[in-house]
Amino acid sequence: MHRLHAEGASRWRSALPPLVLALLLVVLPHSATWFHSAWPALSHPLYARTSFLALTGAHLFLVVLATTLSVAIGLGLGVLATRPAGRSLLPTVRAVAVIGQTVPPVAVLAIAVPLLGFGAAPTLLALVLYGVLPVLGQTVAGLENVPPAALHAADGMGYGRWRRLVEVELPLAAGPIMAGVRLSAIVGVGTATIGSAVGATTLGAPIVEGLVGNNPAYVLQGALLVGALALTVDAVLGAVQRRLPTQR
Amino acid sequence: MIEFEHVCKRFGDRMVIDDLSLRIDDGELFVLVGPSGSGKSTLLRMVNRLVPVDAGSVRVGGEDVRSLDVETLRRGIGYAIQSVGLFPHRTVAENIATVPRLLRWPEARIRERVDELIDLLRLDDPGIGTRYPSTLSGGQQQRVGVARALAARPRIVLMDEPFGALDPLTRESLQASLKAIQRDTGTTILFVTHDLDEAFGLADRVGLMLGGRLVQVGTPLDLLRHPVDERVSDFVGGTRARLRELAVRRVRDSMRAGEHADGEPLDADATLQDALGAMLAQGRERLPVHEQGRAVGAIVLGDLVARGA
Repeated sequence: MHRLHAEGASRWRSALPPLVLALLLVVLPHSATWFHSAWPALSHPLYARTSFLALTGAHLFLVVLATTLSVAIGLGLGVLATRPAGRSLLPTVRAVAVIGQTVPPVAVLAIAVPLLGFGAAPTLLALVLYGVLPVLGQTVAGLENVPPAALHAADGMGYGRWRRLVEVELPLAAGPIMAGVRLSAIVGVGTATIGSAVGATTLGAPIVEGLVGNNPAYVLQGALLVGALALTVDAVLGAVQRRLPTQR
Repeated sequence: MIEFEHVCKRFGDRMVIDDLSLRIDDGELFVLVGPSGSGKSTLLRMVNRLVPVDAGSVRVGGEDVRSLDVETLRRGIGYAIQSVGLFPHRTVAENIATVPRLLRWPEARIRERVDELIDLLRLDDPGIGTRYPSTLSGGQQQRVGVARALAARPRIVLMDEPFGALDPLTRESLQASLKAIQRDTGTTILFVTHDLDEAFGLADRVGLMLGGRLVQVGTPLDLLRHPVDERVSDFVGGTRARLRELAVRRVRDSMRAGEHADGEPLDADATLQDALGAMLAQGRERLPVHEQGRAVGAIVLGDLVARGA
């Protein structure tokens, strides 16, 4: 009874953010009068250069692409660094990932633009650089926390290395890995806004334009959508995480 | 059949197994006993190649284990350990089915075998097959661990202190289950423990290991009565060895056939320890012995105390 109650509550919690996002996408394009009454001095109270739906779609696409790449790289390196042959790589891999994380995203963009040009490419690079560390860290932590007795038993019963990884280690590390993916994606939603400074189409566009053009209504519209999108991504991945077998 | 021939193993500059030879027959329950660090687990793990030998050879069914594919070798040998190592993300039934799945048994045969083992190991809580290991008691987890080791009907089972972490009652009940299963299936079992009473209670033959060497191999009674040197007699308990004997010997072999006694009857298969306990409890020096419900003789206190009886 208690458990059913808790499950119902968590389902409701994870359904709320997507509903809020959908509501914003429907209501915001028709809210010019409301923003006009809040800031009567503004001649254009509603951002209209690109539709909010298109901005959200492009933003989400960039984040999904970046997270997918981060997961591929982070998971791959994490697995490699925890194999007997790759164990010596572990400190190096960790150091590189930490350095990647400590360089500010703006600096990454500044360095990447001359190489990759304006647009989505430098933004994607920055997002991936930021996204790898949480996935890598959590993959290593998850794999190192698999109960040694389970590994010993798996070896003794005749699992091969690959099979042990796929059937025992990764399922048992899935919880922490998913937490890393979730963090990586949420950081990505935030960081992608900066990409509009170098010409990527993201929800950062109204924010940047609002800051430059002294238009707080634009900033608010962009911020509301980025916030709702971050919560949505978090809720969806959180629901996936709760359904993993190791969470039993 | 498991044969060790002049096997050696070093960890760093420490000799863990020192030129050891041993032959374990088919259908035998052989117990390696010795203090921690005596090399008994290392020796056991040489059989399924979790520990490679430095010198000498280990043969299973006449074949050198190094000549076999390591995964095939391991799937053919049951393995149970003290820490159990059940897969937490898999149900009890899935855990038991591990090796049959690796061997690609048909689904129907796996299901049938799992049900059979759940019965055999008296995992009789309804619906236990669909539960996860974290919801089981320690004793139940170890029963699942033993079921998993037996699942693919291996001819050889290796057990490394499988009951070491259990309370005495649970341990005794599991020992009895294991002994019965072993008798019924004729499985060859190599069992490691540091607990002498467990060793003597289970073993057909015992191998006592000290410092990487097999100091003595024989039946429990051999070790108790004819220790080869002082280290063995110290290990089996000095004067307490005589008490341990009582737990190994059966009423059947010490009773006076045909004689009569009054009191609560004992079963002929009971140990002399049971008999002494019953005499103390009933305040009698003679007790009747029954076999399949019929009186067959009497057991007498004086005979338990007499040397060489």
